[in-house]
Amino acid sequence: MTMTATTPTQRFRLSGALPALTGIGTLVAFFVLMEVFIRSGGLNRFIVPPPSEIIASFPRIIVEEQVLHRFVLTLTECLTAGVMLTVFGVSGGVLMHRFKLLQQACETWIAALASAPVVLCYPLFLVIFGRNAWTIIMMGFVSALPPVILKTLEGISGTRKVLVNVGRSFNLTPTQQFWKILFPAALPTIFVGIRLGLIFALINVVGVEFLINFGGLGQLINELAERYDLAGTYAAICFVVLVSVMFFMILEKAERWLTRAE
Amino acid sequence: MTSTPHNPANTDILVVDDVVVRFETQEGPVIAVDHVSFGVRQGEFLSVIGPSGCGKSTLFNVIGGLIGHTSGVVSVGGETINSPHQSIGMVFREESTFPWRSVTDNVAFPLELIGMPKAQRIERARHFISLVGLDGFENRYPNELSGGMRQRVSLARTLASEPKILLMDEPFAALDEQTRLLLGDKVLQIQQQLKQTTLLITHNITEAVQMSDRILVMTYRPGKVKRIVDIDLPRPRTSEIVGSEAFGRYVAQIWADLREEASRGMRDEEEHALHHVSTT
Repeated sequence: MTMTATTPTQRFRLSGALPALTGIGTLVAFFVLMEVFIRSGGLNRFIVPPPSEIIASFPRIIVEEQVLHRFVLTLTECLTAGVMLTVFGVSGGVLMHRFKLLQQACETWIAALASAPVVLCYPLFLVIFGRNAWTIIMMGFVSALPPVILKTLEGISGTRKVLVNVGRSFNLTPTQQFWKILFPAALPTIFVGIRLGLIFALINVVGVEFLINFGGLGQLINELAERYDLAGTYAAICFVVLVSVMFFMILEKAERWLTRAE
Repeated sequence: MTSTPHNPANTDILVVDDVVVRFETQEGPVIAVDHVSFGVRQGEFLSVIGPSGCGKSTLFNVIGGLIGHTSGVVSVGGETINSPHQSIGMVFREESTFPWRSVTDNVAFPLELIGMPKAQRIERARHFISLVGLDGFENRYPNELSGGMRQRVSLARTLASEPKILLMDEPFAALDEQTRLLLGDKVLQIQQQLKQTTLLITHNITEAVQMSDRILVMTYRPGKVKRIVDIDLPRPRTSEIVGSEAFGRYVAQIWADLREEASRGMRDEEEHALHHVSTT
């Protein structure tokens, strides 16, 4: 019997560097293609500026438009909405699982709310909270709440019966049954809900900033678009993408920690 | 080959006395378990065998205290059981390890519930992990293990609670025949080492004869005790006993009892299916 050692190429593949480099390479290739396409007149540069112009505008919007401050503001609003929707959404799902009447009474309309364009209610939120960050946070929070509630409910209700029976066979109290079995079993589904919720929250936070012309990156995008500074607009959108990336990196770390740690 | 009387004796650690389980269904009441009585002696390995639908799993749930019974008494050491009891440790047919816990944390679960300090419970958990032959897998998670290994984790977790009676419902049903035989060896070895009183629910004749001191044969619905057969094979046993002549005789005898019941069950299911087709 012969044993083959891993070659340097295989080790490179296994280390995870190859997928990361392939991802970056694909992105760079896309930008190069767009650059060539736009410069050759395939796409109107007054609608989509070449990537090189967008990259060149970064120092300008960082210095002149205080983009880092706005970035932190939008990130803070998203994080606040995210923490609120995690706390209230998960609690809501747990309560609906605990009280069947509540579930029967509310599940349908919460599901309906998930697909409703809640963002159209922003004038109402402006009246309630005023033209400040809380309007933006609450819009993000309310619009993102339904998927977290519904997925929490689905996760807890979907816990395999045999795991519940294991808990019963060890004489667990209802509190122990919840914290030691139902909640950890539901965590992967709850995180799907939180991911969905965060997507909704981010869209709504930036959207409402744009609509009410207040706050962080949404307002900046609005102002730059009105000035017809397209390169700057796309550069600001890149920062929104960065908020999203940071958001999901934090969430992924939290998920790993919670689902692996005892 | 001898048969023992059904009625439990005073010395039995587990007593099932005249237990009836009746369910209300849309088609009327169904008697799943019908006046079943038997006892399990201290340190004994007793298997309950019967065709599908004879109420074996219902009996498992009743003894484990997971469901109630209509009449009769189930008691452990003289104490009547109506809900899960700490003296009974259950191993389920379905895969029941906690996927979010490592092997050690799975096995330490019952020790954690009684508030044992962490260092001590990890040490105890490692003892039971070693007992089921999973040394070296302490820090793995269930998704990194095979089906047979996961069932061994479940077994170790239940053994860690040090139950007076180990109650198992077809724990190897989802495994292939070779793994099943080898795991049977492991269970036998542990049972003999710990002198663990064990009640195994199964539909597998080979498994029952390989491991048991006595086998309780149940009838098809309503589930009654048809016969209790003493298995007079030498101990310690291993799966090698499967090839012996005496083993073959026991298997043939129990199959003769079961065949009649299984045929009745099959006929009943066919009639039920025909009735269902004609009414829809």
